[in-house]
Amino acid sequence: MINQVVKVGIADLKFTKSPEVLRTSGLGSCVGVVVYDLPLKLAGMAHVMLPDSTSSKRENLNLLKYADTAIEILVNDIVGLGARKFALKAKLAGGAQMFSFTSSNDMLRVGQRNVEAVLHMLDHYRIPIMAKDVGGSSGRTIEFSPETGLLKVKTVHLGETEI
Amino acid sequence: MDHLSNYQLDILKEIGNIGSGNAATALSKLLNQKVDMKVPSVRVVGFDDMMDMVGGPDELIVSVFLRIQGEAPGSMFFVLSPSEAETFVKQVTGNSTFSLTEPPIEELGLSALQEVGNILAGSYLSALSDFTSINMQPSVPSLHMDMAGAVLIQGLIELSQESDYAIIIDTNIQELDNANKAINGHFFLLPDPESFVKIFEALGVREQ
Repeated sequence: MINQVVKVGIADLKFTKSPEVLRTSGLGSCVGVVVYDLPLKLAGMAHVMLPDSTSSKRENLNLLKYADTAIEILVNDIVGLGARKFALKAKLAGGAQMFSFTSSNDMLRVGQRNVEAVLHMLDHYRIPIMAKDVGGSSGRTIEFSPETGLLKVKTVHLGETEI
Repeated sequence: MDHLSNYQLDILKEIGNIGSGNAATALSKLLNQKVDMKVPSVRVVGFDDMMDMVGGPDELIVSVFLRIQGEAPGSMFFVLSPSEAETFVKQVTGNSTFSLTEPPIEELGLSALQEVGNILAGSYLSALSDFTSINMQPSVPSLHMDMAGAVLIQGLIELSQESDYAIIIDTNIQELDNANKAINGHFFLLPDPESFVKIFEALGVREQ
């Protein structure tokens, strides 16, 4: 059986139930976060680009772009869809440092900062992290199955793993 | 910055024209071959749309990336498909067995590719810098072969803090080899948001 794939774009967030799967492609310094309620086979995935919404001077922010705001929405909305807060678990992947410039520019460490921000927010909501595949210098495409709770991580140079 | 007038769009197109014209000439001299150039396009696109321009976020691409430092900072990419990059290296080095997909990958070939990217991006930028009288210095280029999303997003980090759109000046240079197989290289110039004002001012155009 071919599972229906729900695609999550950049700075995007989607929810689905088994048998559908969630996929986001080409994660570099961005982080893909999955929050799920396995017994209900319900999952949500966010693709965050930046760690912190408070660093922007702009109004009308795209709240799905930042780790702090996107995870708040991810958790609140999945609970709104019927997930039980105590049953929520999380997995994440991404946060690579694609380029190795030596520079004082903090933005070049954005992958690592994204991961830190995501871990901080998940800790804030007391959601246990079941697995993570972060850092390194490779792009990743990830696919999550709410049926099995497994996250497939594909890279160009290092092959495919399941966590 | 999401609203540009037609006049401003034309100016950005002209910038793409001048830059890639210079780069095409440099490439033509390097390969001793005719190199064609297409009319540049200037697009205001969302991040997902930008990935679709090169075949989707998990498309494998080869890119030479550099940061532009100076008065009008920004990012620049020279993007090729892996097979086009191989053809490129074969022509420059004369090594007809060069492969990017079957290790071990020859260091000399990678180095040649990075240098070609460097020459092209450098000639693009120097033309741009002369035209606008804006001081622009390229960083050391870095060569990557990975998923388009992973590679290109890095050039969008600066501007993504304030915007959900990128203004992309896209130019395509095309080289026909003897077998008439075309190599298409894309230049993406991504000025940081505050750089547009500088560029327009330098050229005597006021934003409305």
